[in-house]
Amino acid sequence: MSINMEQFHQTFFDESFEGLDIMESGLLNLQNGGETDPDAINTIFRAAHSIKGGSGTFGFTEVAKFTHLLETLLDEMRNGQRTVTAHAVNLLLESVDCLREMLNAVRNKTTVNTARVAEVQAGLEALLAGTATPAKLTTVAAKKPLAENSGWLIRFRPKPHLLTTGNDPYRIFRELAVLGELHVEADVSALPRLESLDPELSYLGWLIKLKATVPQSAIDELFDWVRDDAELSIEPIVPAAHEPAQRQGGDRRSSEERRAATSNEGTSIRVEINKVDGLINMVGELVITQNILKQLGENFDISRLHSLQQGLSDLERNTRELQESVMRIRMLPISFAFNRVPRLVHDLSTKLGKKVELKVTGEGTELDKTVLERIVDPLVHLVRNSLDHGIETPDVRKAQGKAETGTLGLSAYHKGGNIVIEITDDGAGLNKDKILQKARERGLVKADELLSDDKIYELIFLPGFSTADAVSDVSGRGVGMDVVRRNIASLAGTVDIHSEPGRGSRFTVRLPLTLAIMDGQSVAVGNEFYIVPLVSIIVSTQVKAGQVNVIAGRGEVFHFRNEYLPVVRLYDVFGAKPRTRELKDGLLVIVEGDGRRCGLFVDELLGQQQVVIKSLETNYKRVEGVSGATILGDGSVALILDIPGLMRIAQQKQVA
Amino acid sequence: MAAVMQEQTKTHTTTASNADDASQYLTFTLGNEEYGVDILRVQEIRGWHQVTRIPNAPGFLLGVLNLRGTIVPIIDMRMRFNLDKVEYNPVTVIIVLSVETANGRHVFGVVVDGVSDVLDVAPSEIKPTPEFGTTMDTEFISGLATVGEKMVMLLDIDKLLRNDELTALTDTTATAL
Amino acid sequence: MAIKILAVDDSASMRQMVTFTLKGAGYEVDEAEDGKQGLDKAKSGKYNVVISDVNMPVMDGLALIKELRQLADYKFTPILMLTTESTDDKKQAGKAAGATGWIVKPFSPDQLLATIKKVLG
Repeated sequence: MSINMEQFHQTFFDESFEGLDIMESGLLNLQNGGETDPDAINTIFRAAHSIKGGSGTFGFTEVAKFTHLLETLLDEMRNGQRTVTAHAVNLLLESVDCLREMLNAVRNKTTVNTARVAEVQAGLEALLAGTATPAKLTTVAAKKPLAENSGWLIRFRPKPHLLTTGNDPYRIFRELAVLGELHVEADVSALPRLESLDPELSYLGWLIKLKATVPQSAIDELFDWVRDDAELSIEPIVPAAHEPAQRQGGDRRSSEERRAATSNEGTSIRVEINKVDGLINMVGELVITQNILKQLGENFDISRLHSLQQGLSDLERNTRELQESVMRIRMLPISFAFNRVPRLVHDLSTKLGKKVELKVTGEGTELDKTVLERIVDPLVHLVRNSLDHGIETPDVRKAQGKAETGTLGLSAYHKGGNIVIEITDDGAGLNKDKILQKARERGLVKADELLSDDKIYELIFLPGFSTADAVSDVSGRGVGMDVVRRNIASLAGTVDIHSEPGRGSRFTVRLPLTLAIMDGQSVAVGNEFYIVPLVSIIVSTQVKAGQVNVIAGRGEVFHFRNEYLPVVRLYDVFGAKPRTRELKDGLLVIVEGDGRRCGLFVDELLGQQQVVIKSLETNYKRVEGVSGATILGDGSVALILDIPGLMRIAQQKQVA
Repeated sequence: MAAVMQEQTKTHTTTASNADDASQYLTFTLGNEEYGVDILRVQEIRGWHQVTRIPNAPGFLLGVLNLRGTIVPIIDMRMRFNLDKVEYNPVTVIIVLSVETANGRHVFGVVVDGVSDVLDVAPSEIKPTPEFGTTMDTEFISGLATVGEKMVMLLDIDKLLRNDELTALTDTTATAL
Repeated sequence: MAIKILAVDDSASMRQMVTFTLKGAGYEVDEAEDGKQGLDKAKSGKYNVVISDVNMPVMDGLALIKELRQLADYKFTPILMLTTESTDDKKQAGKAAGATGWIVKPFSPDQLLATIKKVLG
């Protein structure tokens, strides 16, 4: 039977890359002086063991050979036969990188850097040959040449407990019979009287004459499993020779590059069984409700109205529960994104000569898989930024009376339908003056314009902005904070910054828990309905006389909590026909996007509801000011507003 | 999806290869003219339905419609071809078209006066478009077909899709299949 | 009555391969990711054969085998260990725990089938 093994490859690759991640974080923990807790080493060992096993099974022999070395090293470590040295851990970390490359090469059918692999492999072999207490790895029973004799005499007496190993002498006889002619004599001398016979025990022995010209190995094989549980002799007896096993020991490129190459675009997702079971239950309830409604529909009369309402209410509940459950299936803990960071901190801090301690909290916080995948890059960029520009070198820190080791904090938590991720550092904070100066130089800010501290910090999110004196190859590669903000915005999220000179900075990223569904506020402009994302609404208010002024060069502004916010007349921006153009007769919805605020002028507010976000770009294209569409209860389409985009359009109209 | 079957044309007595190449076109009317669109591109036909306006879109883009959960842009063909506007009536029809591009399948709808027949047209029956000098942009006409007494202008839907910026694709690498 | 086999291994790709191979030969197969899951499944179902990896989280193969042998239903059931180490001490540990025999990884689907056939009366 030939099975195409390729169908299992994807799973093997997925789990192997996961395993490599586990190995890496485990090794990093060991390196940071984590207790050489046997369980921790065991976990690393198991991951290597799995990869070795799988790669062997699926025919990736180079990978298997390489991994075997790691496995051996780790086995010795977990058995206490080898001390966990920094050198070994470093070498193992390098090996993990190598394995990533090798697996990627196999998966994408490209070639790997063989020189590098050989180098690391040599290192592993050297290490193995060195200080470990030698242990036999593989024992190879020598194949005996075909015997000259015409048969074999086998004495076989199982120990009493043989049957409880699940073995059955009968099967062995069956197989012996296949090899040749069998003559069996039973020895019943140990058989007790019937009343003291325990049916679970084995009392018999046999003298077997096998007429077959087979090598002894063929017979040995058949008794392999029961050898320890029986008295066995096979004549002629030739002892099997045991050959001692052949023991099969840089310039570390940025692990980021390697990681980038191996980024698994996984289109599959692992789901806990109980989540699926929960779903099945809910679908069951839904079916029941549907049946009830169907029946009601078939014989309906007004007296059953109450039942109908009850049924509809049940339907709503079932659907909502089902929806929540299904969404939860796409949710994964943010640890998958956070996992990249320790390695990054380790590599970068070494490279920059800084001492950094990473504190992670809330890594179990869950979020949508797609959001998770797409937040990794911005996250990495923000961490790099903190390490590069935030945290100072030990000397500088000491001179300021700070601890030499800086702290980088990474945390995540749920808040009001969103997930909040905070990246904090106790470094130098943002340099207000430098930023303002750079912004003025670039013409992004007018020379005499006064800005609050927060507004100055926001400037770093403008395109092309970088205060790095030289483009540091770590984070300043022309990929600015504006890209970070844009990427986060594309996930319908926001990023804000808070900084204190000399004390540190905090970046706060807010993301919706899911991309597909959003809480929206319906607004009406004339006969048209639009949806405003609830998360962007600060407050809605009526406009009283005197609250709106016209400022030269800035248009209408609304006085709100110590600021003046631009008024955006939605009908104007969208070319709609409003019910009223008088501000005092409509409503102003104060919204926020990309760190800026404005007041949206609409005719009225309608209801709030959860809307399913449909893409406009599937069949049309991106429309500025619109982030998507949704289908209302009556089947019609309503557009969902993109607040930052709207503000951009409004501003452009202003300038025009 | 409209059933797709290549049939041998019956009104033809040409070589075997031609007979095999006959295509089917769904014909529709705009004013006095008849147009045809490759039936392989026709997903379905719907009656007129109110659309949701898209702000700051070209005039002939009426808006978008909900088609079984998908958002589909709707074009008014009369406006597109600069014909006189008419009131939509119960016979007004939306032909939903589906085109494969490098970015995947694009579905969009066109509003026409009414639908006529499905015609078999062999390649040899298609004549090149003359320079009319009509009110209509001949750029999107792939040819003229004379079937019986009718003259049908065959629309190049793929070109229409690309050129109208109905997609985010602004380069010509979008190849319709 | 169909033969039921329980496959216990923390590697999804291994489980997939084993399940696919055995199902293709007409056996009914259930899977478990670790020893604990395996034990729970074994308790709620009656399997003719159990195949288990040795190195697994939560509860490893040796512990699983020990536990299974305590259950009346599995006193005599063939339990096979999947192991990549062919060292004597691993096999001995397995036997000591009560394993029937072992299959050394890597193995081919044919080898797996042959071994299963071997242990089925």
